[in-house]
Amino acid sequence: MRNRLLLWVPLALFAFFAGLAAYMLTQQKDEFVESAMIGQPLPTFDLPAAVDGLPGAAKSDFTGKPKLLNVWASWCLPCIAEAPQLDALKKQGVEIVGIAIRDRPEDVANFLGKYGNPYSRIGSDKISEVQLAIGSSGVPETFVIDAKGVIRYQHIGDIREDDVSKLLAELEKAR
Amino acid sequence: MIRQVLTFLLLLVALPLAAQDTMPPAPYAYNQLADPRLEAEASDLMHSLRCLKCQSQSIADSDAPMAGDMRHQVRSRILAGESPEHIRGWLIARYGDYVSYEPEVSKTTWPLFAVPVLVILIVAGVLLRRLGRRRSDETGEGA
Repeated sequence: MRNRLLLWVPLALFAFFAGLAAYMLTQQKDEFVESAMIGQPLPTFDLPAAVDGLPGAAKSDFTGKPKLLNVWASWCLPCIAEAPQLDALKKQGVEIVGIAIRDRPEDVANFLGKYGNPYSRIGSDKISEVQLAIGSSGVPETFVIDAKGVIRYQHIGDIREDDVSKLLAELEKAR
Repeated sequence: MIRQVLTFLLLLVALPLAAQDTMPPAPYAYNQLADPRLEAEASDLMHSLRCLKCQSQSIADSDAPMAGDMRHQVRSRILAGESPEHIRGWLIARYGDYVSYEPEVSKTTWPLFAVPVLVILIVAGVLLRRLGRRRSDETGEGA
């Protein structure tokens, strides 16, 4: 009798794994690769200005108070979508340092002219060097950097309206 | 109407194309290192690093601009004298185990290494018991 029941074990296992596979197929795949640099100090960097009239960005700019580090590009469509939210953050007194990925000065100027400029400075990262060094895997991404230059929080993707309060809270936490 | 539908469809095709930069690739994205020994080291490493934008490809196989920038990092670091495993470690410190196609023992990957050992031990145990039993049966019959 016991042996009879044992015969069903392989079939039960098969059914379990088939069911698991079917279930996982219906689950949304998480495409985001999170940075493993949260809690780590920013790597040293010093990027030239991405556009005339605004200074470039360096690690040494992240002192005094928590700031946002926004990784973006003029060729990135979701970056257009998050422009109003960055503007709202700026109006709340948040300092936003931009890093423009693989971008040209004239394209950056064009983007800022069209969608507004929320940045205090923008560094030009022509070969995604700093982006790779901070563990960012796409545009746009926004990092909260505290007054000591430590990466405290990462927001992946464009900032939606309901993300603004979360970012403000993270900036407050980083104080 | 048809024209509108067509325009819409064409726009759908055009949008992803627009979401690419027009910058030239990084110096070492498509250029090999002059020293064939170093290039071989770089190539081995690049084939075992995952492209972050196109997650089923290695950075050696991908034409995504970011993969090109990662190849530039690998080649220029190898040229500067860094060891391939050091560069892999640098990337894992930034993107986690995920970026490497060569799993290392860590908090999340240890079952990968423990399970085969466990299975071999269990099989060895079962075999020993069965064979041992048969042998003692045989000697029992012989006596």
